[in-house]
Amino acid sequence: MPGCKKEKITGWGRFPVSLCETYRPEKISDLTELSSQNGAVTARGSGRSYGDAALCSESALIKFERLNRFRSFDVETGILTTEAGTTLQEILQFCVPGGWFLPVTPGTRYCTVGGCFACDVHGKNHHTDGSFSHHVHQIELLTADNNLITCSREENSDIFCATAGGMGLTGLILSVTLQLVPIETAFIVQHSQRVSGLDHSMEILKKTENENNCSVAWIDCLAKGKDLGRGIVYLGNSAKRMDLSPGQARNPLFLPRPKYYTIPFSCPGWLLNRASIRAFNSLYYKRHPEGEQVKKIIDYNKFYYPLDTLHHWNRMYGRKGFVQYQCVFPDETSKDGLREILECTSAAGAGSFLGVLKRFGALGDGMLSFPMPGFTLALDFAVTKKILPFLDQLDKVVMKWGGRVYLAKDARLSAETFRAMHPNVEEWLAIKKQVDPNNHFTSALGRRLGLS
Amino acid sequence: MNKGAIIFGATSSIGKALCDQLAAEGYDLFLAGRDRDDLDIMATDLFIRHNIKVVTAKFDADKPQELPKFVHNSIAHLEDCSIAMLCLGSLGKQEDGETRFEEAAVTINRNFTAAAAILMETANAFIEKKSGTIVALSSVAGDRGRQSNYIYGAAKGGLNVYLQGLRNRLASHNVHVITVKPGFIDTAMTYGLPGMFMVAEPRAVAKSIIEAINRRRNIVYVPWFWKWIMLAIKLIPEGLFKKLRL
Repeated sequence: MPGCKKEKITGWGRFPVSLCETYRPEKISDLTELSSQNGAVTARGSGRSYGDAALCSESALIKFERLNRFRSFDVETGILTTEAGTTLQEILQFCVPGGWFLPVTPGTRYCTVGGCFACDVHGKNHHTDGSFSHHVHQIELLTADNNLITCSREENSDIFCATAGGMGLTGLILSVTLQLVPIETAFIVQHSQRVSGLDHSMEILKKTENENNCSVAWIDCLAKGKDLGRGIVYLGNSAKRMDLSPGQARNPLFLPRPKYYTIPFSCPGWLLNRASIRAFNSLYYKRHPEGEQVKKIIDYNKFYYPLDTLHHWNRMYGRKGFVQYQCVFPDETSKDGLREILECTSAAGAGSFLGVLKRFGALGDGMLSFPMPGFTLALDFAVTKKILPFLDQLDKVVMKWGGRVYLAKDARLSAETFRAMHPNVEEWLAIKKQVDPNNHFTSALGRRLGLS
Repeated sequence: MNKGAIIFGATSSIGKALCDQLAAEGYDLFLAGRDRDDLDIMATDLFIRHNIKVVTAKFDADKPQELPKFVHNSIAHLEDCSIAMLCLGSLGKQEDGETRFEEAAVTINRNFTAAAAILMETANAFIEKKSGTIVALSSVAGDRGRQSNYIYGAAKGGLNVYLQGLRNRLASHNVHVITVKPGFIDTAMTYGLPGMFMVAEPRAVAKSIIEAINRRRNIVYVPWFWKWIMLAIKLIPEGLFKKLRL
């Protein structure tokens, strides 16, 4: 059996911390052995979910990072089957030169495909293309009785839907068959525009949803009064050959290696405070020209993964870590819900660099998936004594306006609140009971939310 | 026609990283290993990523007498085999080997006897071609016997001497022999072992090994600083060394 290492594990938010027994199989045979010989197991990809989804102090934690082999690729159709531990970065390195791209990508390319499916992640294009699982043809799942089953919309469809967004609690995802999308260039045509307030941002995101494949708004969450919700909207579409400059067009699918920077150690906790964040947000806002839209042709790394060039950016929030709070409101209540969230945040002065507003489109197949038609807002908060009760308060606002919270970012939601927020919990639990009656697959998050 | 390389112990962590590097350099590969399914998965992956020819075969390092024939057939399978890599290794359990000889014998057989069987046949095949590079993964543990792993260390130390002799013999046949002595590498074999420090990634180690091939080095420590760590360890007088807990 593969070696075991006891180590302190956290998610990307570095909160909470858990002492775990970890294993790192490199062969499928090691993985099946690990799963069958341990009491309970927890799957972990790159550890890029923010909270406690991929850790557990009372189970065997299985790291998938070395199960990252491509199983098949069809150059005609762009269908790629790859092991769950493959990162999006590896896929991009492989597929972009051949003119293919990920159908959906979150804001980092360091996460794994298994994690992307388990969290049913979304990207800037949710309003047109849906979430990650929408582009997955099938998965291979190792079940509690140690069988390897294939799940798709045709075969074991109930398990497929329970696993998409099921946070790894229905079984170990071994491989994912993903539909890539064709691209002409590795560049994006980006239009950006300064917006004066929340209503304005939402209006632009809604108005442009048919013309733009990607859209996202950065929000200054410390601005108050008439400036509440001011920010910058970014709209993007995959660039065609004719959009490029002669220099870019010479090698349209080739990008020079990006420059990386690293935050070498945890910054002191006081570094990010009200004054410094306010100054940063103001500067960031005012740096963008007022009025007209600004057009730029930028490469996909700059557009999709701006934070990936700053390694260990999570260290900025100090040793105690941070929590990202992401919620979604349905279309009808979005305006009211978002306004109240921003007002609470602004009033509490608990702001962050990262306030991100996105438009969501139609519901997908994932039973516990996060997205629903409407608007979603993500905010970062450094962990302090005051922050957890404050987030409980935000939960109430989310529930009041019929919204819900994203589990991939979550570290503190209660089981009752989650049940009240998500309509499909009972239905999901029925399938969980059927495929994994003894809760062989678990996680700190699963236990906290009463899912495993 | 592509150059070819054969890797014994291809499914080990370093073997995997080496295959990836060699494939990226355009070598066709013959992967020999213990786990049939894993070999096939690797072969598909290497073909998709690098568009090279890959052949796989299963072998059992615990049956050394069958190995020369296996090696002979395998090398004959590749059109132009110019590199042979030996990535076999098994740490074994030192404490068990101190009281149960079968346990010690397994460690010695896997790390030395099997290697000697593979090296003999590879050497003869390369002599016939009058060219080729043989790369064998030994260990810094073979440089000095320590109470915590001297059975493994003795087998690797034996391998070091075997390789020295082989290098001497093959030099006049235009066949080059490289002894690689890895320090602490982050592999499946070492995952979770206590007392590890300055652990290197298999990918970085594989890069150093490819560089050693290109520069026709004889003995290389990977990462390089282990040369100096081991020099310091070898310089400790035996009278003092025997009293240390290492």
